[in-house]
Amino acid sequence: MAVIQRSRADKTGSVLRYVVLAIGAVLFLLPFYLLIRNGLSTEQDITSPDWKLFPSTLHWSNLADLFNNPAVPMLRSLVNSLVIAVVQTVGVLVISGLAGYGLARIPFRYANAVFYFIVATLLIPAAVTFVPSFVLVSSLGWVSTLRGLIIPGLFQAFATFLFRQYFLNFPRELEEAAALDGTAYWGTFWRIVVPNSKGFIAAIATITFIGSWNAFLWPLVIAPDQSAWTVQLALSTFLTAQTIDLPQLFVAASVAILPLVVMFVFLQRWIVEGVERSGISE
Amino acid sequence: MSTIQARLRGRYDRNLWFAIFVGPFVLGLIVFVYVPILWSIWLSFFNAHNTVTPTEFVGLGNYLDMLKDSAFRSSLLTFVVFALFIVPTTFVASLGLALLVNRARFAKTFFRSVFFLPTACSYVVASLIWKLSIFSGVRFGLMNTVLGWFGIDPIPWLSVTQPPWYWLVIVTARMWLQAGFYMILFLAGLQRISPSLYEAAAIDGATGWKVLRFLTLPQLRATSTAVLLLLLINAFQAFDEFYNLLSSSGQYPPYARPPLVYLYYAALGQGQDFGHGSAGAVILTLLIALVALGQGRFLGLGRRED
Repeated sequence: MAVIQRSRADKTGSVLRYVVLAIGAVLFLLPFYLLIRNGLSTEQDITSPDWKLFPSTLHWSNLADLFNNPAVPMLRSLVNSLVIAVVQTVGVLVISGLAGYGLARIPFRYANAVFYFIVATLLIPAAVTFVPSFVLVSSLGWVSTLRGLIIPGLFQAFATFLFRQYFLNFPRELEEAAALDGTAYWGTFWRIVVPNSKGFIAAIATITFIGSWNAFLWPLVIAPDQSAWTVQLALSTFLTAQTIDLPQLFVAASVAILPLVVMFVFLQRWIVEGVERSGISE
Repeated sequence: MSTIQARLRGRYDRNLWFAIFVGPFVLGLIVFVYVPILWSIWLSFFNAHNTVTPTEFVGLGNYLDMLKDSAFRSSLLTFVVFALFIVPTTFVASLGLALLVNRARFAKTFFRSVFFLPTACSYVVASLIWKLSIFSGVRFGLMNTVLGWFGIDPIPWLSVTQPPWYWLVIVTARMWLQAGFYMILFLAGLQRISPSLYEAAAIDGATGWKVLRFLTLPQLRATSTAVLLLLLINAFQAFDEFYNLLSSSGQYPPYARPPLVYLYYAALGQGQDFGHGSAGAVILTLLIALVALGQGRFLGLGRRED
């Protein structure tokens, strides 16, 4: 009797659970839908008080207009964002990957002190350092240059921390087999450890790429000139301008998130796995 | 074989290898994190308008000015209000989503992906959708359209301070962007709970809320601590959505300036006042370090659970 009752309660609970999940999913997807809907509408469609689910006709020409608009350097900004995000991602993977491995595996008398020195920077909120960083980078003459946008972001304490945690748990047997061959740390790292860590590397790469592509405060501070604008800066200026061309703004935003959404759909499995293995929540 | 190659090949000189692996990163950290911070602390004792070279020594003057500045203090208050809204709501939402997704029998990956997807979206793009589509102050905005169905007049979401509807806009935007990420953290935590514990609870006849309260939540303690800390630190660094939602044509309203927006205008606005800006940055850094340490101690972060 009790068993039957519970299973009926389970069934009701499970239906309720799916109803809540479905409502949640609609709410979470709604902003993406609005973005695309507005991007393919005319100004009249967007501002019509008579709200429609779909625009009357799909205006793909908004896309061409956006790239032909001389007032907004969209193509230039996209290229800048792409260069910055790619270079930063590759740089962080190499610099933090090496450092994480060294910290995890190479015995050094002061390794612990070095590790605490790195962890200490995690306590300093990165965004609060934008004033001092601006002071330094501007005195190097890097304002509105790609160097100024890229180089300070290459040294991510959090990525190094995650790599170290991951390499600590890397199976030692694999490395020992290589060490017997007389391969030193360098060879072991590149030939054994890296090929066997693709999933975790993909996770850090995705997170770094997203962070870099979506960064706003640092580009706002360091790139006042249009020539160095990132796509987020271009959107923001568009957004806070006096007169706004709504469809173009939305189509620009769609273009700005498209590469990330595509990448995310393919790589999110790795992020989830990376988060689970990183020990953030242990 | 040259000597340097011999040294690298031998497994004796580990210090050299350590330097090769860890050196570039530490060097970068020193140049791009520690040097700016020290420079900033140095600058905070000087008058430095429109220049990054200190001119006149003012001692603790900048610090006193900042602490006396009501705009700076109100920015801290703005942060507190923001944190009081965003930290608990995101915590509950992401935990709730994780529990729902974790127990879903089919389409689990689909729901996880949908809730996680906004992580790929930037604050600028989210601000745009929130400001010009969902919470647009005019009649055609989505929210006002929905309210219109119930005969409610359009609400100018971002342009009134009484009642402060802008908080709803700011908080929901951030919720949407970050809930999925914390959901993943909770999902990872849930997966580490041994199924045998649930079996034992079922044998004891515990169901529903009891299992959640006496088994799941205590088992998630470490995850919850990490999530709370991350939420708080991230709230402290809020900038993008405030800036993009509230500024228009070069203007930014003086209310609802969280600390970073305030600092941005103080240090890099018209005055380029790096002395006061640096003092403000130092004060904020100290505050957040204190809060983080305090919360860590309070919640027992770093203490081994077993």
